[in-house]
Amino acid sequence: MNNPNKKRLRRTMMFLNAQKPGLIKDPYIYKADSLMLDLEDAVAENQKDVARFSLYHALKTVDYRGAERVVRINGLDTPYWREDIRACVAGGCDSIRIPKTEHAEDVHRVAAAIAEDEKTYGRPEGEVLIIAALESARGVMNALEICESDERLFGIALSGGDYTKDLQTHITGTGIELMGARQQMIIAARAAGVQCFDTVFTDLKDMDGFRKDVENIHLMGFDGKSIINPRQIPIVHEIFTPTQKDIIFAEKVVKEIDSKKALGIGVFTVDGKMIDIAFYDGAKRTIDLAKASGVYKGDL
Amino acid sequence: MEIKKAATAGTLESSDCMVTVEPGEGKIDFSLESSVIHQYGNQLRKVALETLKNLDIDNVRITIVDKGALDCTLKARIEGAVFRSVDQYENLPWGGAIR
Repeated sequence: MNNPNKKRLRRTMMFLNAQKPGLIKDPYIYKADSLMLDLEDAVAENQKDVARFSLYHALKTVDYRGAERVVRINGLDTPYWREDIRACVAGGCDSIRIPKTEHAEDVHRVAAAIAEDEKTYGRPEGEVLIIAALESARGVMNALEICESDERLFGIALSGGDYTKDLQTHITGTGIELMGARQQMIIAARAAGVQCFDTVFTDLKDMDGFRKDVENIHLMGFDGKSIINPRQIPIVHEIFTPTQKDIIFAEKVVKEIDSKKALGIGVFTVDGKMIDIAFYDGAKRTIDLAKASGVYKGDL
Repeated sequence: MEIKKAATAGTLESSDCMVTVEPGEGKIDFSLESSVIHQYGNQLRKVALETLKNLDIDNVRITIVDKGALDCTLKARIEGAVFRSVDQYENLPWGGAIR
């Protein structure tokens, strides 16, 4: 099971209520990398059943023009999640987001249901991927076992609202209350070789605060951010896309390391900076990200 | 399928529609209200009748109040109302009668 979509570009994941036709008919115009069609918190308890039909036909009918179609199902502690997965897999979703993940076993249960439904609905085995949302102290503490739980899992995401409630604090906008979880999760994700996504920023009036928040999680190593409004997309993409300066420097590093290696030279300078093999993977990642973002025009 | 009781799905928000199904009197009794009935009335009716046919329903009173729904939304709301009318919420025929 080696799904190439596990490593696709996911700078932005935009939440959309799957029960609202006006929201899910054409969200591709905003150019988020991933669209998160929500069956969980956005859908009222008495609309859970009809939201699935809306979701199924949107997945079947709407051309989302290359955006990843992720569905957030209802929690495993509800009576809804199993039928949610049937509708998702039959409809043709790309990925399923598990809310309130606390243990590897949660991922195993969802993976088993997906495998069963892939057979039932004639989809290739391993086509549907999983992202696990960590929303509690227990989930964050178990981040590594969750990251290593299943071949289908491409990443983990922090859900800050529920997490801070569990921590007996609240979202302040400063990020102080999220520091531990963010650090723990990015380390676990990198150790397991999966992606890591940050929580939403809900104060739409504070765009400066939003930018600062995105800059911080970018520096921490996150792959992207969950978003709730199209206005947030260009800011995240700007911060997560390498600049031309970064790309040119990364190109030089890769080319110089390749050529110097053949000459038996391990340490040298590029633009006055000391470079050795330790810089190689980072430079390659910059080139890969530039390619995935559509801004690379070089020949590497 | 047989409609067991009256059921409704959908809303009156823009791009949505509200569908009500009730037990019929031996036929399909169709009622449509839409601000775009002159432009899209025939298409809405065609999609609604096809959806009922896929669900094997030929005895129903169906009322649709349309607020600019796409075909896929209309299908979803009809199916939502129909499965509510028979209280079926699990093991639905995705990809079969629902298509």
